[in-house]
Amino acid sequence: MTGPVTPSGSEPDLPVRFDAPAIEIIDLHKSFGDHEVLKGISLTVRPGEVVCVIGPSGSGKSTLLRSVNLLETPTGGQILIEGIAILDPEVDVDRVRTRIGMVFQQFNLFPHMTVLGNLCLAQQRVLGRKRAEAESVARENLAKVGLADREDAYPAHLSGGQQQRVAIARSLSMNPDMMLFDEPTSALDPELVGDVLAVMRTLADEGMTMMVVTHEMGFAREVGNRLIFMDDGMIVEEGDPREVLTNPREPRTQAFLSKVL
Amino acid sequence: MTMRRTTRRTLVRGVLYAAFVAAVIVVVLAADWQRFAQYFLQWDIAREQFPEIITIALKNTLVFTVVSFVGGLLVGTLMALMKLSSIRPYRWFATAYIELFRGLPALLTIFAFAYMLPIAFGVKLPFAPVGAGLLGLIVVAGAYMAEVIRAGIQAVPKGQTEASRSLGMSPLKTTFFVILPQGLRIIIPPLTNEFVLLLKDTSLLFIAGSTIFTKELTTFARDATTTNSNGTVLVMAAMLYLLVTIPLTRVVAYLERRMARAR
Repeated sequence: MTGPVTPSGSEPDLPVRFDAPAIEIIDLHKSFGDHEVLKGISLTVRPGEVVCVIGPSGSGKSTLLRSVNLLETPTGGQILIEGIAILDPEVDVDRVRTRIGMVFQQFNLFPHMTVLGNLCLAQQRVLGRKRAEAESVARENLAKVGLADREDAYPAHLSGGQQQRVAIARSLSMNPDMMLFDEPTSALDPELVGDVLAVMRTLADEGMTMMVVTHEMGFAREVGNRLIFMDDGMIVEEGDPREVLTNPREPRTQAFLSKVL
Repeated sequence: MTMRRTTRRTLVRGVLYAAFVAAVIVVVLAADWQRFAQYFLQWDIAREQFPEIITIALKNTLVFTVVSFVGGLLVGTLMALMKLSSIRPYRWFATAYIELFRGLPALLTIFAFAYMLPIAFGVKLPFAPVGAGLLGLIVVAGAYMAEVIRAGIQAVPKGQTEASRSLGMSPLKTTFFVILPQGLRIIIPPLTNEFVLLLKDTSLLFIAGSTIFTKELTTFARDATTTNSNGTVLVMAAMLYLLVTIPLTRVVAYLERRMARAR
């Protein structure tokens, strides 16, 4: 073996620097009108790292995450994905996005398609995989999230936890290099949270690069390599999750943690 | 005078019923049924219309409806997408189109396409004259459907677009594989309603002129009425319209109930 196995259709036509950080964010700014949501964020995520982002609502953590795959257009700063400056207008955003999996709070499965259809659509339409190949990749990932027997179900017939696991499998089917999670368990009934977190933990153990906006302090502590606390559009504190959660240095972190723990 | 409330209610209801029955009786007695039957219910004339009233008139009405519905759906989808486009001139054009053709009587638009366009551009539209009229009907249908389709597209949650785009799907692929299939499903009831309206509007195609083979129900019935000096065929046409529209409106009601449950 000389290099990584590349599934058909995902031949990198963008130069890949394997030594580059997975995500490099430099002095990122984002304003909605007069309201500045991100006030200069700098952050590096190395390959295989699991970075958890916590903070009060309105702190800008979701906006930060959504900027990484350009669901939000930053008003200033730089974002490099595997060394490529994605804010460069020459860059094909759709190509970059195939390398970045995204999981939403509201799952956002396509309700008019079966589970299998959800997993195959972008594989076929974006990566150009044949139906049979797409289905076999899809089944592999459904098995991974524990839903191998639900491939013919429609999203409306699945529980929230199952829907979110399907959403994770849908992202994984694109063979992304990294995954973004935007409060993946916040819309779930408490008893369904565990299954989703277990899937995420497996992914982390397999070495997936992950950036996770979450309120699950237990997950951040046990699975995260690094914890970032954001408030008012800035990174207030970051470090080893156990360290930050047990001995927060900044008063704002202390105040926040005393409310949620 | 004191009267118990329930007694008074019963009395009022009784009076209302009696008034209604009396009105019906008066109308029925006042009409000259014999004369009516002579002019509108002639069995011999009715029999003479078969099979043409079915094989030509009803068939044409249905074909024209389907053609203008499908055409209108395509034009309407295009206009809806243009109206939602980020490109400003597209939005302007779509808005102008919708306002113009919803604001004009359909009859005028059909007339314009049948006579004004061919003169202005020196072209003969295919299947003239009915083809030109149909084009006008498609243009009108497109204007009405555009707004319905736009509402359907906007009813699809934003998260669907975000999920699709974050999988690397282009805006065009997102529109065709994710947004439109969902948006069109939402608007099946209003679109069915549009179909019923179009079915009736095919009667306006007479303004474009017709041959024996392109007559739809209303034109067929009007011509037959003139020929026979008798209105029987008008009654037959009316019954044939209802034969199609009543089941369809039932279908719409059913679909709406089902949609309401699914929410």
